[in-house]
Amino acid sequence: MSQGPVLELRGINKSFGAVQVLHDVAFSVYSGEVTALVGDNGAGKSTLVKCIGGIHPIDAGDYFFEGEKVHVSGPRDAADLGVEIVYQDLALCDNLDIVQNMFLGRERKSGLVLDEATMEEMAAKTLDGLSVRTVTSLRQYVASLSGGQRQTVAIAKAVLWNSKVVILDEPTAALGVAQTAQVLELVRRLADNGLAVVLISHNMNDVFAVSDRIAALYLGRMAAQVKTSEVTHSQVVELITAGRSGELGIKNGNGAAS
Amino acid sequence: MTTETLPEQAHKADASIGGYVKNYLDRVRGGELGALPAVFGLIVLCVLFSILRPAFLTPGNFANLFTQGAAVVVIAMGLIFVLLLGEIDLSAGYASGVCAAVLAVSLTNNGWPWYTAVAAAMLTGVVIGLVLGALVAKLGVPSFVVTLAAFLGFQGVLLLLVKGGTNISIRDTTILAIANKNVPPIVSWIVLVVGVVVYAGIQLFRARRRIGRGLLADPLALIAFRVLSLAVISGVAVYVLNLERSRNALIVSLKGVPIVVPVIVVLLFVWTFVLRRTAYGRHIYAVGGNAEASRRAGIDVDRIRISAFVICSFMASIGGIIAASRANSVDPNTGGSDVLLFAVGAAVIGGTSLFGGKGRALDAVLGGAVVAVIQNGMGLMGYSAGVKYVVTGSVLLLAAGVDALSRKRAASTGRR
Ligand SMILES: Nc1ncnc2c1ncn2[C@@H]1O[C@H](COP(=O)(O)OP(=O)(O)O)[C@@H](O)[C@H]1O
Ligand SMILES: [Mg+2]
Repeated sequence: MSQGPVLELRGINKSFGAVQVLHDVAFSVYSGEVTALVGDNGAGKSTLVKCIGGIHPIDAGDYFFEGEKVHVSGPRDAADLGVEIVYQDLALCDNLDIVQNMFLGRERKSGLVLDEATMEEMAAKTLDGLSVRTVTSLRQYVASLSGGQRQTVAIAKAVLWNSKVVILDEPTAALGVAQTAQVLELVRRLADNGLAVVLISHNMNDVFAVSDRIAALYLGRMAAQVKTSEVTHSQVVELITAGRSGELGIKNGNGAAS
Repeated sequence: MTTETLPEQAHKADASIGGYVKNYLDRVRGGELGALPAVFGLIVLCVLFSILRPAFLTPGNFANLFTQGAAVVVIAMGLIFVLLLGEIDLSAGYASGVCAAVLAVSLTNNGWPWYTAVAAAMLTGVVIGLVLGALVAKLGVPSFVVTLAAFLGFQGVLLLLVKGGTNISIRDTTILAIANKNVPPIVSWIVLVVGVVVYAGIQLFRARRRIGRGLLADPLALIAFRVLSLAVISGVAVYVLNLERSRNALIVSLKGVPIVVPVIVVLLFVWTFVLRRTAYGRHIYAVGGNAEASRRAGIDVDRIRISAFVICSFMASIGGIIAASRANSVDPNTGGSDVLLFAVGAAVIGGTSLFGGKGRALDAVLGGAVVAVIQNGMGLMGYSAGVKYVVTGSVLLLAAGVDALSRKRAASTGRR
């Protein structure tokens, strides 16, 4: 496990027209750890994630990957670095099956022709590696899957590519108790396998259950990035709702990290 | 992963033929009707017309069905690409007319050889598609509006090309052969046998390779069923088309598969291959299913959109060439009036969804056959053009209704 962050953002600004959504955001993500990204609705979490994924271009700021400064100008760039994002809305095609979704945009080919057999094998191996046994057939249409199964497919799609950073935007928001437990277990296992995982969640219990670090966004500013073991539930809630808590937060040393 | 865990074996779905049949029935019940309505409709219509008008069931009329329906089938096949994206091309009919006029002007007025004239017509189609596609994808004008404007515009271009209402006759024997000449019987038998054997070979090869890698493959019984159906259906068709259908066989013999049939078969094969076996085809479905997800997957959605319109107009140009060949001429009505609606109807009746994301090249052939049978059969029964339009319109509405209903049903059973 390397000492420095695998992915680091500094001074990120992002506006949509006249509305500035992200102000000077700094954010670091470490291998083998789950970093929880928390913040109220509209704080800019999804926007930050989309900037990392190359969906939105950043207006200003630096993007470092494994210590090197990089330019990410599209989803392909992020994927090439090994950054995979499971979006809040999952971004799956209902009219395609599980294998087709997992390889979308990066299909395996032999010559001109799609190599379905290899893709199916790799998809099966990935799902087995995640100990996923909840899908009956890899050739099922995604439309016919349950919420938890869809989430699982989206996560499997993200880890299929020997990725280094996996970001999950509110993966448990729409799930029941049992499925939430499954997904959190999966999240923890990804980090234990050495990946850097970013988990966006509103649920403090989930955050404290699986995360190693917590980063709190407040109105588009990074209020604090702290070790989970060094804060309490109520401190995090204060960071989310007020942007500060005691000596942590925006007023004291802008964006204090642990 | 403690809850909702199924036994390891559940990974391997039921691979027996019984399992397949059950799976298929489940899908139909879940709203995925596929080719079922078109095939069912085709059988009912054919039986009905054969009983009411014995002339319907003659080899001569059977051959007519193909030459009458060919242009619409080809245009529909191109339209399916646009429909798969959830877009529409209302100008495909007149685009085919404009391309046909380019062909006729090049051949007859300018005396070009047939291949240059055909290339010019096809190029016209590609350019039309590029312009329409760019307007939709880059400028973001709804395709309905862009192609409605083009519908009117191309009607005008066609009038200008044929100099205000005269018609240009086509005398080039190669072009005329497309819709008016037949393949020698022995050749069609050879092609048929080779085709069926190759099809069976590919299916068996694929199944064996998948089994060799430990993957789920189609059961042998299913493959046998597919190969046998193909052999029987195409065998009967070729047999009937190879019967003598001239009234005075001694003076002039008329038999064989019309040349448009192999043209359609080749196009069907090519586009089916593109849609099912290439990454490009996969991306067409993906964009039609969820454009934003496709964009995030790194797919160039604009390029896919434009290319679909290019394929559509290119296929319209081929449809125009076939129509010109069949009519021996091009006039201001070529590709006009009912052509576009028949093509959209063919695609939808065949099972292509107007909501995007669902459809196959084969749908154009199945739905085109239904449309051609209605036109032809009702013509034989002596109904006026008015009645034919009303009936075809109703069938289109019925198909679109089935499409919408099966979509609703799929949503309620969690399939879409
Ligand atoms: N594409 C966009 N165009 C304009 N405004 C946007 C866009 N995406 C997000 N926003 C705005 O940015 C703010 C942050 O949104 P978001 O990142 O989705 O918040 P979160 O995920 O933390 O709930 C919101 O005020 C939202 O309205
Ligand atoms: Mg969000």
